[in-house]
Amino acid sequence: MASGARRRIKSISYAKWGYLFIIPFFVVYFFFQLWPLINTFILSFKDYTGDQTVGLANYKALLRGVGTKVMGDNGEVSFNIGDRTARVIHENFLHAFGNTVILWLGNFIPQIILSLSLAVWFTDAQLKIPGKGFFKVVMYLPNIITAASVAVLFLQLCGEAENVPGSLNLFLHKIGVVSQDPVSEKYDSIKFITGVWQSRGVVMFIQTWMWFGNTMIMLMSGIQGINPSLFEAAAIDGASSGQVFRKITFPLLSPIMAYTLVTSMIGGLQMFDIPFLYHNDPNHRSDNLKTIAVYIYEYFYDQTDPKMGFAGAASVLLFFVTLFLGCIAFYLTRDKDEIAKKKQRKKIEKQNKLKSKQFGGLSL
Amino acid sequence: MSNMKSVYGQAKDNYTLKVRLKSGILVAWFVILTFICLLPIYILIINATRSSTEIANGISFIPGKSLFQNFNTLFHNVNYNTVYNVGIGYKNSFTITGFATVFTVFFSAMTAYGIHVYDFKLKEISYTIILLVMMVPVQVTSAGFVNFMLKLGLTDTYWPLIIPAIAAPAVVYFMRSYMKSSFPLDIVEAARIDGCNEFRTFISIAIPMMKPAIAVQAIFAFIASWNNFYTPNMILISSRFKQKTLPMMISAVQASDKFTDYGAIYLAIALSILPIVTVYILLSRFIIAGVALGGVKE
Repeated sequence: MASGARRRIKSISYAKWGYLFIIPFFVVYFFFQLWPLINTFILSFKDYTGDQTVGLANYKALLRGVGTKVMGDNGEVSFNIGDRTARVIHENFLHAFGNTVILWLGNFIPQIILSLSLAVWFTDAQLKIPGKGFFKVVMYLPNIITAASVAVLFLQLCGEAENVPGSLNLFLHKIGVVSQDPVSEKYDSIKFITGVWQSRGVVMFIQTWMWFGNTMIMLMSGIQGINPSLFEAAAIDGASSGQVFRKITFPLLSPIMAYTLVTSMIGGLQMFDIPFLYHNDPNHRSDNLKTIAVYIYEYFYDQTDPKMGFAGAASVLLFFVTLFLGCIAFYLTRDKDEIAKKKQRKKIEKQNKLKSKQFGGLSL
Repeated sequence: MSNMKSVYGQAKDNYTLKVRLKSGILVAWFVILTFICLLPIYILIINATRSSTEIANGISFIPGKSLFQNFNTLFHNVNYNTVYNVGIGYKNSFTITGFATVFTVFFSAMTAYGIHVYDFKLKEISYTIILLVMMVPVQVTSAGFVNFMLKLGLTDTYWPLIIPAIAAPAVVYFMRSYMKSSFPLDIVEAARIDGCNEFRTFISIAIPMMKPAIAVQAIFAFIASWNNFYTPNMILISSRFKQKTLPMMISAVQASDKFTDYGAIYLAIALSILPIVTVYILLSRFIIAGVALGGVKE
């Protein structure tokens, strides 16, 4: 009797509840993320409108600038990318990729220098800095403001019109950098919006402005994770703050730094809102700020001539770059202790096996 | 003896002086950075209270007197209130953001609970999948996503902006880590002995215990959804003004050639960031702590 009851209790399984709890996530994930991803792959093999399959034509055009001609069943040309069109698309793609890299580098380098130095100073126990909490709050503030609003705000501040320039040009006029024609009262304003490097500089500044606080807090928590006795020992040994940084903080922080680098690269590939909105002419976005994400958007939504296939192919390429970077991030943040433990366990198992072999395979 | 004392005293004084000097220089540098962080926002607020001609004539750090006039232009001039209507914008953004936030935290907690509490065959695999998909950016899937939504006829509705919030891998990951450290399985056992059903255990025991994690993730989900411009811009493609979100209205301000009053433009921008800045000021301590936690986990 008792044993029967015990058997029944043992056989109560809660596994089905586990599935019930996770099923909403996976259903939604499948329909709204996985299927769209597969759909993007499918689209990348289709023609402009997404109706006809054209093989690798889109990739050929994007990556090599080579056109493709497809014959239909009735012998007519059913799909055609001319060599010239393909070359334009190829050049635009390379240009967009170049822009993305330039804008990313231009915001990452100042950002990491600023964030790292601030993180080191904020966590230095020897320094007496009042109001750390306040500084942190203020420095993180730009990160939470709607990027679309930030873009439009900077567009106003950096206005470059000759008769009514934006606040920045007016300020530069006040300190004597920008001159004003005494007769026509027109300003010789700096082209912060249409200038190639000026506009890029502004976008880089906005990105740095928005993200340095976030990176700083991440790095700070990384530094706080370092064993404090190391810093104490260094202080007792009379190490200078430069030595402490070079010999302790930097080496021990490098996994987190590398992780920050990779996630920032992934974020940089997605840069959209600010390059998309930062332009004067409502009908024409600036070519100097066209990132990959903007490029995909434009090809997808080209009103007169939609090129879904190119958008799909560019997305797939972006996916593989992201995947590659993601794998690096995954590798960098893997649990080293766990791996070491596993290795040790295997070693012990091996030794045990060897031991048992010594006795002719008999388990003792 | 006295000689030694004076030497040590001098060294100590030197050291204190050095630290003080360095701290002073750093504080000055931090103040400059604070200034740079706040300056654009400060000028935004000041210019929102000035008239268009005042703004065109030069910069100022003192508020003007045209705030009400700018309000009037923004709300009653037809050229302006058909492009940007802050009431409609708030309403739409709040609707989408509210639902998306609730869905994100509730279903993420549920998924994390399912993986943490129960033992089932696909447990490890499903968790690995969640970790893997955490990094796939929305830009990669957007072409296929919008194409699929067009086929389903769901563009120009809020469904594609709200429902996907259920699957938030990063939030699940965070909640799972939190449960690992502060949700003992004995509690579930105790609830079972008391005859509590599984779902009720989750609702009335697990959720209250996970409040801190839920609060932090809700704040971040709210900010992310509120600031989202990319997805709404791709999904709400008709020119119907009444269903646009706030970031979309701001982008419409930028694209419109009828928006010529600078004071009104600055006021429009200021109103668009007002809710999020208010939330930040009220909750900044939790937000900073949440970001720091994110740094530790990685």
